[in-house]
Amino acid sequence: MRKEILYSLKSPYRESLDITGFKFGSGKKSIAIVGAMRGNEVQQMYVCSRLIQELKRLEKKNEISCDCEIMVIPCVNYYSMNIGKRFWAMDNTDINRMFPGYDLGETTQRIADGLFSVLQGYEYGIQLASFYQQGNFLTHVKLMETGLTDSSLLKLFGTSFGIIRTPRPYDTTTLNYNWQIWETKAFSVYTNSTDTINEKSAQEAVSAILRFMYNTGIITKTIHAAYATEIISENSIEQIRSEDGGLFMNKTEVGKHVEENEILGEILNPLDGETVSVIKANFSGIVYFVYNTPLINENTVCFKIIRD
Amino acid sequence: MVQSVTQASLAVNETLNIKKNSIKNGKSGKRICVVTGIHGDELEGQYLAWLLADHINKNIGCLNGTVDIYPALNPMGIDSITRGIPLFDLDMNRVFPGSKDGTMIETVCSAIIDDIAGADICIDVHSSNIFLKEIPQIRISVPTAETLVPYAKMLNVDFIWVHESATVLESTLAHSLNSRGTKTLVVEMGVGMRITKEYCFQLFDGVLNLMKNLGMWSGETKEPRVPAISLNGAVGFVNSDAAGIFVQTANFGDHVRKGDHIGDVLNPLTGKIEEKVTAVCDGMIFTLREYPIVYGGSLLARILCDSSDDIIEKGITQQ
Ligand SMILES: [Zn+2]
Repeated sequence: MRKEILYSLKSPYRESLDITGFKFGSGKKSIAIVGAMRGNEVQQMYVCSRLIQELKRLEKKNEISCDCEIMVIPCVNYYSMNIGKRFWAMDNTDINRMFPGYDLGETTQRIADGLFSVLQGYEYGIQLASFYQQGNFLTHVKLMETGLTDSSLLKLFGTSFGIIRTPRPYDTTTLNYNWQIWETKAFSVYTNSTDTINEKSAQEAVSAILRFMYNTGIITKTIHAAYATEIISENSIEQIRSEDGGLFMNKTEVGKHVEENEILGEILNPLDGETVSVIKANFSGIVYFVYNTPLINENTVCFKIIRD
Repeated sequence: MVQSVTQASLAVNETLNIKKNSIKNGKSGKRICVVTGIHGDELEGQYLAWLLADHINKNIGCLNGTVDIYPALNPMGIDSITRGIPLFDLDMNRVFPGSKDGTMIETVCSAIIDDIAGADICIDVHSSNIFLKEIPQIRISVPTAETLVPYAKMLNVDFIWVHESATVLESTLAHSLNSRGTKTLVVEMGVGMRITKEYCFQLFDGVLNLMKNLGMWSGETKEPRVPAISLNGAVGFVNSDAAGIFVQTANFGDHVRKGDHIGDVLNPLTGKIEEKVTAVCDGMIFTLREYPIVYGGSLLARILCDSSDDIIEKGITQQ
């Protein structure tokens, strides 16, 4: 393992921001994995740290293929993490909305540029991503559809679902999108949580990434198949929204199979405790997302279900 | 008459209510919309909204048509000094046109678009952010320039910036309305969290002048000033390369030559000058940094170049 400072930014008052990468194996740039780009992505950083532990073991046993270099960047934006902010604290910009970056541009454009310049040229790229929505997700892999990455590669992760997303205008400045434009086959791995560590989901993500490396010949240690990945379009996932604001009481869990009309949750009046709305499944399927904050506004997505 | 544009229930005992003041008189079907407060830390538009409502109410006989004033598209943001939508950490000007069956914010954005659509002109007033001060200007993307520049010239601004379009700006209010055929002009002026009275008066005169040109205002107006218009891409960006405090030596609106000293990035700990900041082209400073703390990359100034020879605009303009 080699630890390298990939990009360094001077701060007016703090120690410099040193983005650190961990490299394994040598030769062809095979795969790069990027963890936390936002200050709340603790789980994403944790997944990378666990992956580094696994890769250290594999390297010791010579189970990384010849002519394959693996790079892991566990945490890009630890500056925000250390002060409890989600985005770049000075101007509240999101590094993951600044790609491909610009070396003469604004601070986060420069960080994105510095990062992107070391991330180019890898055959595969994986980002541990998080959603802006507060909630828990089923561990899954997502592909932003650009026509440049073969969607059947999603199956090599062996998660239960591989999801294809049609990019929206604001997606065009993400790492994932630009990685693909610059000819890296890029995927996003989503785990169950963001601000907190979910051990089981982290392990699923680590296994999925190692399985992908095994299936693409980057590592030689066999990682057995878990699921026959079902590839679906993000648009086909049904969203259930709150009909009222109030206290959100969840009655189900991520990954559970639910029947039509099954009660998924309730919304209570936060002042007097009366039930103001009962949220039911309109159809049977697998719970893919559950909102996880006690307060909820009207018209907020509280469940997502992959229909049977 | 104050009306509700759209509402949504918040979690505890409160409703998000987007309001407008619809002032009508006469028989004309002409309508303009003045909207502001998408970004909760930009307040210049608040005083403009008041000036317009006050003046039109007092001279209602001069109005022939409808003036819809939306002072606060992001009321929770303004109320809490938050640029985006509090709770979501979401820039509202990246959610348009929204969706009727989307999330709370998407439905709100969709209702706002529906309410404004069909107006003869919509003016979306921004005031940069807390970091930068802007000369009163209108920003127009190249594809809409032909349609919009003639109206922009009526608004009494100093500068019209015709910039390259960027995919990410397709989610703005202005882009969404322009694509629906409602001509929308984006004004940037002043600085975040402050009211610059002279700029508000300047744009106020511009709005009345526009209304007169549309045939919906018979009151007194002033001849608008003639704005500078950016040549294709001829805007120079001056970004800091060092970290420290920026202290300017040039002033806002100054005409500078390439290489002229415009400020310094200083290190308060060591007493050293970290960077001597110079102009990247000949031209007029139309953006200047207000907030002193800078990192490498922080924008310090923008210069409207005299010639388009050496500068290719690369920074994404903010909206
Ligand atoms: Zn703004």
